[in-house]
Amino acid sequence: MSVSPAELSETLRRKDIRDRWFLSAPALILIGVASAGPLLIVVLYSFLAPGSYGDVKWAFSTDGWFNVFFSRDIFDETVSLAEAHFSIFWRSIRVALATTVLCLILGFPTAYFIATRPPHNRSIWLFVITIPFWTNMLIRAFAIQEVIRTEGLVNTLLLKLGIISAPIQMLFTDFAILLGMTYVHLPLMVLPLYASLEKLDFRLVEAAYDLYASRLNVLLKVIVPLVKPGLIAGSILVFIPALSSYVIPRVLGGGKNLMIGNLIELQFGQGRNWPLGAALSVTLVAIVLVALLFYVRNVGKSGGGAHG
Amino acid sequence: MARNVARNFSIKRLPGFATIAMLCFFVLYLPIATLVVYAFNAGTSIAIWEGLSLRWFASAWQNQQVIDASIRSLQIASVAAVIATACATLAALATTRTTPYRGLTFKYSMLNIPLLVPEIVTAVALLILFSRIKVWTGYSGLGYLIAAHSAFCVPFAYLPIRARLENMDLSLERAAADLYATPYKTFRYVTLPLLWPGILAGLMLAFVISLDDVVITEFVKSGGQDTLPTYMLGQLRRVVTPEMNAISTVFLMLSLAIVTVFFFISRNPQKDEP
Repeated sequence: MSVSPAELSETLRRKDIRDRWFLSAPALILIGVASAGPLLIVVLYSFLAPGSYGDVKWAFSTDGWFNVFFSRDIFDETVSLAEAHFSIFWRSIRVALATTVLCLILGFPTAYFIATRPPHNRSIWLFVITIPFWTNMLIRAFAIQEVIRTEGLVNTLLLKLGIISAPIQMLFTDFAILLGMTYVHLPLMVLPLYASLEKLDFRLVEAAYDLYASRLNVLLKVIVPLVKPGLIAGSILVFIPALSSYVIPRVLGGGKNLMIGNLIELQFGQGRNWPLGAALSVTLVAIVLVALLFYVRNVGKSGGGAHG
Repeated sequence: MARNVARNFSIKRLPGFATIAMLCFFVLYLPIATLVVYAFNAGTSIAIWEGLSLRWFASAWQNQQVIDASIRSLQIASVAAVIATACATLAALATTRTTPYRGLTFKYSMLNIPLLVPEIVTAVALLILFSRIKVWTGYSGLGYLIAAHSAFCVPFAYLPIRARLENMDLSLERAAADLYATPYKTFRYVTLPLLWPGILAGLMLAFVISLDDVVITEFVKSGGQDTLPTYMLGQLRRVVTPEMNAISTVFLMLSLAIVTVFFFISRNPQKDEP
């Protein structure tokens, strides 16, 4: 019956770990069944042949993947690069990057402003910035639509002020998408930036001023390098959902300015080409993974701040 | 320092930053404010103001489709939030306050998957899986939507609970154990009451996230299973009347109320998230 303390603690530890697996089982199973697992099915589907009325035929085929990159002329069977797809991918990346930059330009001063308020006021300001984030994305897109439509607030105001003589078509343009995306994703930039800025040691800033640094130099050479983890975290948090947006381009782009998300939807709706849709989905996930790897490389586990 | 004070020089000030910040706050609220104002418009346009009226609230209230969709939304969100929070609480207990063990990283990654994978891809994946299951089993109830919502709400419920656990004082539980409390009693009378605000915060986050979801619901729902957001998405294609504004306004108020309560619950521990 003599058990050494080391053995005992080892047994206890093993039991503890086993208990922890039991505790996490429900969450893991739920996510496995209704989130992570289905992703594997998407990979599988990308290698099957399309069925005639949607769905798939159970036969191995690389057509889905072929069609992501190439298109075959239906008359003379010539193969060319799928320019439509490339242009939509390229467009999506461009829009997502532009959104990220705009969020950065607007979000950095906002986060800085909040971080330099007296401590007891900061959470109120943060709350004010996050409220729109917790309201329905569709409602926010609809709100933007209302403001920029031809007879909307912005056009009416500009007309009254005599700045323009005829209403500007803003809705259903790239501008509308960019505006909506920036509007929707701004809090995702502000939160991690704030988390970094809040920890900023202002003695370093003071030291820089004492050494005759200009304001611009203090900002670019002291503050920005110190909050780099927050900058990268915020950019990734904006870039990824912006790249895969579906609702904003649909509501504000009016169906002609497609992004990857809408292209994927098309294949499962009117296009009835599920394998192509699956292959496009996997491609999107791959791009997201590259962005995440970049994040891990540059910020790693040193902590990038709050999560949206 | 004396020199700086003398020149009234603030080291924290950066010119123009406060202006941009104020502009951001203004622009964030302008569209929402416009939307709410036009909900009270007496006319049929969402752009031309014709006087104050509550007619669109009344018309939304009498619209059976809206009522059905709202009830469905609330049903799904309540059930999904409870399931997600229960799972997330257990998972948080299993992944905090321990030295790293084999499988911990795996658990972290799994718990984050719903956050990292683009929603449209999850939606497509679930469409594929559930359409198969529908054919096999013949069941086409709300279960699919509830399962999908529960799964992607787990990370949102998990974050505040985990934050709360990590800031909790381990010595209280040790003291309970020293006083011969069984592990169950320690959990029931010490850990759980301390954890409660985190659980409540997680529950509310999960509820709001489920209530707001458009993309996954749009793909997973069977015919006649519109939630309020998917109903609105469908309506946006047609000519929009201020009834949409009225519905949105009520929806906004609900989210706002929940988020405000969440804010005050999670403010107490003075630390962290979100």
